[in-house]
Formats: sequence, C-alpha cells, structure tokens
Amino acid sequence: MKNGFGVFFAVAVTLGLSWLGFVVGPVIQLGSAKQTAVLVTGDIWPQQRSGDATLGLQVYRANGCAACHTEQVRQDGVSFEVLLTKPGKNPEAVSNLVSTLKLTDLTKEEADAAADQINTAGGKSETHLSATGVDITTLGWGNRKSVAADYLYDNPVQLGALRVGPDLANIGVRKPDANWQLVHLYAPRAYVKDSAMPSFKFLFEVRKAGSVPSPEALNLPKEFAPVDGYEVVPKPEAKELVAYLLSLRANVPLYEAPFTPATSKP
Amino acid sequence: MNANENNPDLKAIDASCRVPLLALFGVAALWLVLGLLFALLASITFHAPDAFAGCPFITYGHLVAAGNDLLVYGFAVPAALGVILWIFARLSQTELELPIVSVVAANLWHVGVLVGVITVLCGGSSGYAWLEFPRASDALLGTAFVLVAVSAVATFGQRKERELYPSHWFLLAALFWFPWILSTASLFLTSAHPPRGVAQAVVDWWFSNNLIFVWLSLVGLGVAFYFLPKLSGRPLNSRFYALFAFWTLMLFGTWLGIPADAPVPAWLPTATQFASLLLIVPLLAVAVVVKKTVFGAQLSSRGGPFCYNLTGTALFLLSGLMLIISGCPKFGHLVEFTWFGPAQAQLQVLGVAGIILLGAIYEIFPRIMDAELPFKKFVGVHFFLSVAGVALWVVPLAIAGLMQGKSNFDLAAGKVGLMIASTGLLLLLLGALMLFLNIFAMTLKWKFGLAKALITAVKAPLATPEVKP
Repeated sequence: MKNGFGVFFAVAVTLGLSWLGFVVGPVIQLGSAKQTAVLVTGDIWPQQRSGDATLGLQVYRANGCAACHTEQVRQDGVSFEVLLTKPGKNPEAVSNLVSTLKLTDLTKEEADAAADQINTAGGKSETHLSATGVDITTLGWGNRKSVAADYLYDNPVQLGALRVGPDLANIGVRKPDANWQLVHLYAPRAYVKDSAMPSFKFLFEVRKAGSVPSPEALNLPKEFAPVDGYEVVPKPEAKELVAYLLSLRANVPLYEAPFTPATSKP
Repeated sequence: MNANENNPDLKAIDASCRVPLLALFGVAALWLVLGLLFALLASITFHAPDAFAGCPFITYGHLVAAGNDLLVYGFAVPAALGVILWIFARLSQTELELPIVSVVAANLWHVGVLVGVITVLCGGSSGYAWLEFPRASDALLGTAFVLVAVSAVATFGQRKERELYPSHWFLLAALFWFPWILSTASLFLTSAHPPRGVAQAVVDWWFSNNLIFVWLSLVGLGVAFYFLPKLSGRPLNSRFYALFAFWTLMLFGTWLGIPADAPVPAWLPTATQFASLLLIVPLLAVAVVVKKTVFGAQLSSRGGPFCYNLTGTALFLLSGLMLIISGCPKFGHLVEFTWFGPAQAQLQVLGVAGIILLGAIYEIFPRIMDAELPFKKFVGVHFFLSVAGVALWVVPLAIAGLMQGKSNFDLAAGKVGLMIASTGLLLLLLGALMLFLNIFAMTLKWKFGLAKALITAVKAPLATPEVKP
C-alpha cells in the first residue's frame, strides 16, 4: 500500500475496537452502577464511608499500599451443607438417618435430596450455602468473592495486582482492633515476625511524654518502644488510614455472591 | 556496514537529527539510571524493610511507582521517539522536518517526567497502575508526544520512495496509539469526575496493557524489523509475514489485560482469555520473519547492535508466551496476584523494548554525532550486562511468582528469588551507567567543539572594510 491514509484508517478501526470494548463498554455498563440490597437483611450495600475513612483511602493511595496488597477475593465455586434443626416426632429414626447421610460439602442437588429425606422422616433442616476457593477456605480472607458493587464509593479504585501482603478486602472484619492496626503500621514486626512490610513511622510522632501519658500513645512491645519518657502518638494520617482499613468489610451476601451468613446459623 | 554509509546525503540526514535526538536520548539515559536505581532501592526494601522507614519520600510504594514510570515514560518512550525520528528520516531519504519542534517537544516531555516523578515521591500518585503521574504531567507528555509525532509524520510525508516499508506500519501505529490511550486514560481517570467503581479499574487495565504490551511491542518490532535486515545485509523476509504480525498483534493484543478473576462482568475477562489464546498467531509470524531474515546470515557482531535487536525480538516471543500461559485458566489462576505478572511487565519494558532501543541508540548515536563512541567497548559489555541483568531479574521473579502461587502467598516462598532479582537490577544499573557515560562524554565533547568554534569565530579578526579615500 502506497497511501498512508489507508493504513491510518485501518489502524484506527483495529485499535478503536478495543477502545470501544474495554473503555466505552464498561464505562456504560458499570459507570452508573447503583447500590444494591444485601440478601436476607435487605440493607443497602455498600454504605458511604465515614469522613475519616474517606480521607484514609487517600493516605492508602498516597503511600502506594496497593503495590503489595490486593482488595479482591477470588472464589472457585460454592458448597452446600445441610443442618438438622429439629428432630421432630421420631428423633431416633431421624438421628439414624442423619448418621448415614453425607451432609457437608454437597452440590445443590445432593443438598436438596438430603433435606427431602430428613423432611420425609419428620425432621426439620436448614440448608447453608458457603463460597469455596483458596482465598476463602484456605486463607480466610473473606466469605465470598469480591463483586463490582463493593467498590462503588472507592475513588480511586485500588484493586491491586500483587499479594506480597495479605488481601485487605475484609481486613476490618479480620482485625477490627484499631490499636492493633496502629501498632502494626508503626512496627509491622511487632506482631508479624517475618513481615516484609516497611514501617510507616513517618505517620507517627515520637514526642516527650507529659506527666500523664497521652491516651492515644501506642502500647508497643518493649523492643519497638521509644526510650523512657517518650511516647509514640499517631498523626491524623495514621488514624485516617486505620479508619479506612477498618471500613473494609466486604462480608455481606449479595445476589451475585450469595452465602449463608454465620449469624443465622443455629 | 556497507560503503553507502559514507554517502554525503546520509551524513546530512544524520546531522539533521543530531540536536533533537540528543535532547531525547541524553535525558532518557539519565532517567534510565535513576529508574533502575529506584527499582533497586525498592527491591532492597524487601531484604531490609526498615531501611528507609524514616524517609516518607522513598517508602516502598513511592519507589516502585516512580521507578516503573521512569523506566517507561522516562526512558522507553523518549528513546523510542528518537529512534522513530531517525528511522523515518532514513527511510524517507530526506533530512528531518521541523527539527526545532522535536527539540522543544523533547524538553517538554522531560519536564513532564520530572514533574510526575516528584509528585509521586511526594505522595501525589494518582493510584492507577502505570498512570501514577498527575494530570499536569499527562498534559505535558501528551503535548510533547504529539509534537514529536508531527515532526515524524512531516518527515514521513517527504519520503522519496512512496511504498511503505513494514517498519513504517509499526511505528506509525505507535505514534497514533500512544496519544489515544494516554488521553483516554487521563481524561477518564485523573479527572475530577472519574467513572464510578470498577469501571476505573477496567480503563486502567486497558491502558496498562496497551502501553506495556501493545505499544512497546509495536515500537520494538518496528525498530527490529528495520535494523535486523539492515545489519545482517539481507532483505526482510517476508514483508507479508511482517504485516500479518502487525495486524494480528493489534487485533488480538489490544484485548488483553483484564485479570481472570476480576470483580467485573464475566465477558471482560473472557474476552481477554480468548484474545490471549489467539496471541499465538502474531508470535508465530514474528518468529517466521526472524528465522527467514537472519538465520544463516554471515556476520560477526559480538554484542553489537545486531545482537541487541535479535535478543530483544526473541524476548518479545518469550514475553508473549508468558501472557498466553497466564491466559490459560488453571495456570493463570495459580500465578494471579504473584510476582509472575510484574516479571512479564519488566521483561516487556527492560527486555523487549529496552534491549532493542539500546541497540538502536548505540547504532544511531555515533552516526548523528559523526564521531566514534568515546567508550566503544562499553557497547558489547552493556549487551552482556543487559542480557544477564534481564535474565537474573525476570527469571527468579517469575519462579518466585510460581512458588508464591503454589504456597498460597506464603511470604517466605519467593524470598530467594527476590534476592537474586536484586542482583539482576544491579547489573542493569551498571549497564545503564555505561550508556549514560557514553552519551554524556560525547555530548560534552560536542559542546566543547561548538564552544571552540564560537570562540575562534569571535576572536577572528574582523574583515576590515575597504575604506575608499
């Protein structure tokens, strides 16, 4: 081809296709997403973060935390479990039946069949659904996969691509103690012996303790504590970052990612 | 090289590229050194996590973002632009058009990079991978890129041979695609009103893949398809396969980038998995071109620009294969969120684009300066340092990724790999210093020459006008 314009046009079409597919398409499909309802309770999900936590997301961004932490949980599938709730009028027969049945790690059909059998014998049962996958079952980083709705109020959305450290999608559920989070930011190896996380000392102030120590002063293990007469207090950024971390609590069942919440178990 | 190279016309063409290319390459070499230094410091943080705890500017999250951005925006893109200008002037057999525009653009570009890096180090990163620079930086970079592209396209328009050479296709597409992806990503993401939720992440994945895989591959292959035939003295074989690789690379490569388990509608990752399977087509086409063009060529170029170009092209095949196997469901699931991903990206930046562009710079630089390199031996040494550095940086990282996946993200699993990877970075840094020394010494010599000429001109006795009585 001798004409540069022909090439230009064909290139524009070829490249433009991916632009339509991966930029325009998702922005139309996801860009105007709205809050959804939580299964069972019907609450609205997700909730807007508190002011501190919203600022904390910016501290998370500014320090590049997403370089080592993801905020997305993967799921391979689901498994069902049948629980006997009431033995009914003929407890002996039901308990004999239950001892012969396989009641955990079932598919939907197996669970339905087991529940039917228990019901026929006069007992009452509940079927529980749980998500499976390495992230959930082995690592315990959540009880369901992450879905698009979880990030509605994140700006910027920081999913992360590398897990040097653990996933943080529900760190607020796993480590809800703000003091633990603060000490861990100041001296990661105080709690996790082999942690590779750099210390974020610059988010804290080491200052001379007054006659009464500050109520905010960190309660550090001896080897990480400052010399006597000094105390470590978090700067506002540290408190905001912890507020953000504690706000990461993706633990409610949604239509796209159902599971039976622990609270409704007998 | 053939005798043609001493042709006075070619010398004039090379000389017309001198100042713009100096502006692009000189600072790019400095950014390369700095980028690798940042990457090295970042990797040291893994072995001594508290090393920089007292200094907020060089905390790990800042170092790694600034280092990556310096390697891509600081080194790869301006180096590519310089090489494109020279190749276009040579292919057009005409002097560079609008050289002053390119000089201004080069300086704008480097100011943009400086602003961006300082912002990232001060905690102003946008939070989007490969787009950490703030909007002000993006605007400078975009403007500068378009200006260089204007100069390149003007030179292209003056070509004496109207038929397009395959390198033209790759490089023109690269000139066209970069402003498109940068403006899209910048307008959507670093604006005051980005789209809601994960749409942001999707746009960023699209941008990252198109910058790191598609754009760097287009540039790398375009440059290699120019230099491989030229340096081996055999014609590109064949034009058809090269163009086939070009179209399929754009058609399939642009759809990669969405992680398999991303919390987005399922059609997005599925499209990526499908495209990554089809990526085998352009890879095979490139392999055929390389085999038919270079194999059997009689030449002894130990560590010369030819070796750079050939190695870079081979690494492109490896990098593409890594993408294909990460697209396979089982293996992809294993290496997702591990060091395997960064290893592939670094291979693309430092291996494919980096090594090919270094070779091109070493080939072009003595020509535009019309002088031998001051440290000629460094070219071969830098080649071996680059290959060893990339191998020691990428391979242990990829293996560390596998172990990380196998052990369910046990931190200790990849530690040895990371240790070896740090030494790889050290070798790359040494090599980059050699490039910088060569360019610095030569520029200094040239500037002294200019100053000397100026002084002689000033000192020269004025021609006394004849006074008529």
